[in-house]
Amino acid sequence: MAATASSPRASRWTRLPVIAQLRQSVGLQRGMLVTGLVLTAIFVLTAILAPVLAPYGFSQLRGPDGAFGAQQPPSAEHWLGTTQGGYDVLSRLIWGSRTALLVIIVAVVASILVGVTLGLISGYFGGWLDRTLVVIADAIYAFPSLLLAIVLAIVISGGQSSMWGGILAAALSITVIFIPQYLRVTRAEVIRIKSEAFVESARVIGAGHARIMTRHVLRNSTRTLPLILTLNASEAILTLAGLGFLGFGIEPTAAAEWGYDLNKAVSDVTSGIWWTSVFPGTAIVLVVLGLTLVGESLNDLADPRLRKRAAGAEPVEDLGVDPAVPGAAATPETTKEAAR
Amino acid sequence: MTDLVEIRDLAVTFATDAGPVRAVDGVSLAVHPGEVLAIVGESGSGKTVTAKSILGLLPETATVRGAVVLRNKDGGEADVAQLSGARLRQVRGRDAAMVFQEPSTALNPVYTVGWQIAEGLRAHGRLSKKEARAQAIDILRRVGIPDPETRVDHYPHQFSGGQKQRIVIAQALALDPGIIVADEPTTALDVTVQAEILDLLRRCRDEFGAAVVLITHNMGVVADLADRVAVMYQGELVEQAPVRELFESPQEAYTQQLLAAVPRIGEGLARAEVRAARRPEDWDEQEPLVSATDLRIVYPGRFRQPDFVAVDGVSFAIKPGEVLGLVGESGSGKTTIGRAMAGLTRVSGGSLSVLGVEMNGARERRIRPIRSRVGFVFQDPATSFNPLLTIAQCVAEPLVVHGRAESSDDARARVDELLEAVQLPRSYGDRFPHELSGGQRQRASLARALALDPELLIADEPTSALDVSVQARVLDLFDELHRELGFAALFISHDLAVVDMLADRIAVLHRGKLVEEGTGEQVLGNPQDPYTRRLLASLPVPDPVEQAARRAQWQAEAS
Repeated sequence: MAATASSPRASRWTRLPVIAQLRQSVGLQRGMLVTGLVLTAIFVLTAILAPVLAPYGFSQLRGPDGAFGAQQPPSAEHWLGTTQGGYDVLSRLIWGSRTALLVIIVAVVASILVGVTLGLISGYFGGWLDRTLVVIADAIYAFPSLLLAIVLAIVISGGQSSMWGGILAAALSITVIFIPQYLRVTRAEVIRIKSEAFVESARVIGAGHARIMTRHVLRNSTRTLPLILTLNASEAILTLAGLGFLGFGIEPTAAAEWGYDLNKAVSDVTSGIWWTSVFPGTAIVLVVLGLTLVGESLNDLADPRLRKRAAGAEPVEDLGVDPAVPGAAATPETTKEAAR
Repeated sequence: MTDLVEIRDLAVTFATDAGPVRAVDGVSLAVHPGEVLAIVGESGSGKTVTAKSILGLLPETATVRGAVVLRNKDGGEADVAQLSGARLRQVRGRDAAMVFQEPSTALNPVYTVGWQIAEGLRAHGRLSKKEARAQAIDILRRVGIPDPETRVDHYPHQFSGGQKQRIVIAQALALDPGIIVADEPTTALDVTVQAEILDLLRRCRDEFGAAVVLITHNMGVVADLADRVAVMYQGELVEQAPVRELFESPQEAYTQQLLAAVPRIGEGLARAEVRAARRPEDWDEQEPLVSATDLRIVYPGRFRQPDFVAVDGVSFAIKPGEVLGLVGESGSGKTTIGRAMAGLTRVSGGSLSVLGVEMNGARERRIRPIRSRVGFVFQDPATSFNPLLTIAQCVAEPLVVHGRAESSDDARARVDELLEAVQLPRSYGDRFPHELSGGQRQRASLARALALDPELLIADEPTSALDVSVQARVLDLFDELHRELGFAALFISHDLAVVDMLADRIAVLHRGKLVEEGTGEQVLGNPQDPYTRRLLASLPVPDPVEQAARRAQWQAEAS
């Protein structure tokens, strides 16, 4: 996110993380990024507009003309049919995106807060604290993540099935799995930044640990986080779906959840009822694909060696800045500003 | 005889994030057989790009126009700019070879050096393993690696830096190419080793008959080795002349400026005398600000490796207003001493007292009060600024930390003053570090170090990352500020000429020990220690005539 660091004179929105990368990308990389962004945008919009879009509620079993009926094939009233339990598939699909988004947000925010703080402390101070935290993180890595999530889901929800209870259970169990990742990544960056000359110069000036950590180290060590964030978001959906599929998810009366619907659709598959499983499955695949595409292309674009550039026609007259400097301007605007 | 390389109207454009950038613009050059052509220029002048185009080594993002005609010893010729794939590989190594700047990264650490030399040989001809090995041994002997029969099976880390560069040169010589491109071959090496490598490159020309394209920014190296010099500036060829002609009567303004900026030993004497005359009479009796006695700094070894003694029994003193120049090669412990004075490295033994605080065993809490009285200028201006803060915020940092200002905005008036003192426009305060050039950044770094009016300034190789002309300006500024503000300073450098310009007294370090200390006149004019003498002798002088005489003398002493 080098671009966020550049001149305040550059227009603000072109420096926002994802938009800056979008402007930078060309060719296949741009295609990947745009596809990912479109899929993600559809997902987020669906989640926000769920009450408007969905024809029925997620736990609605009967309309004005009586019960929907179980396992009805797609029709004018139920575009994607109904499930074994008699719910409308389309409605549950749309409401399900809301659950998925909430879980992603809670899981990612919680794991970033905890993981980055621990990583910062661990990397900056080192010593026994660092060793202990890393050993714990490694131990969590060693567990099968889904198993850990199941255990935590049981512990946190305690068998309750309210919407927020279920969401928090799923989100926090995912959080525990993600914390080691953020800890590891932040710690590695902090250790690298810590030995940079500007941190030493802050020490020579006489700045205290807290000031060095927040002002000099933290802001410089977060540039890889957006990448893990998007990749983790897709992983969070998979874990949530996995939990739901195994029956540790959210009850259908509390909220719609794709993994739960898939679980209930297992027996339908053999009897030729395809609509109950195909649609939630496709939804999971598309959202995971979208988020992964965004994450992967951000990853590629962040690395100058992997980044493709447009074949240039005429050179810029006076560049004025050294593009090899770490954290250097990434957008044409900022460099032109600097050259003036 | 025809030219080995003929570059005609070469233009290279790089596609970058900021749009296309022209690195080389309409350069025409020729390399004659058996000559050393030096391409000189500051960083960003396009000298490396030009030289790399001879081997077609430019990255994918480069667009090349013009022609680079390479002739081999059999008379065949090829336009490297048009070649690709197998044809290009055929030319590389056989017709032209490359010597890289950093020998420790140019060699693959997991293969033996013999294997790496043989790899090039086997890529170009059907050789059995045995033959290739025999040739590798032979070439290692010829570049002066002792005991090549056993050394051929050693790995790169078992060689010293100078020896590694010899092996890289051996690799380049293995196929007997007509031309060797040497990209800053001695920049990563110490002065005494540099002299040996330059000697070897001279032998490449004399004994192997190879033409050498030498890329360098060091005018001393040029004077020592080159037959002809091409000066480049901002992607264009400024001047081309035989070496003596160029040094005696440079035609272009830029060349004159470049040559004038090169520091020469002996220039500092007058300045030191002026400074000495201005001191108060009782200066000799004043208490020193810094005094070290039997200072010892040890880095603990890891896992059964012995401890590394970086500084071993060094004693010195710095009086108020005095500049002590600390000179030494890499690994001599000069930077360690500077860091210990700033409390960045722990003192293991002896005594080091800085502004009345004993640093041996001192805790951070006791060092903090003197931090506001000590300024520090780091070696690399590119990394010593937080990239996310503006220059004004960076310079204000010491003021804020020590409570002289509430926030960086509050300190802005003082920051502007400081920026003006280091001759930077006020508006630069709103820029980010990457928007400044290296020299500007180093001046800002000086402003930050002086923000609290320190009594002591520690400058750790402040100009070694800068170009010659920029270095001259930073050194002048340092001298001027020192005259105005009168701080005492420890000036660390590997370059004797730079230290001579600024220092009142010079201390020479060798492997952690202080071998000689005295005024510039004493140390440089009449060196007592054999190491100082060797250091002085191996420093190439930017004057081809004088350097030739010195070289003859040096070789006579060595044999």
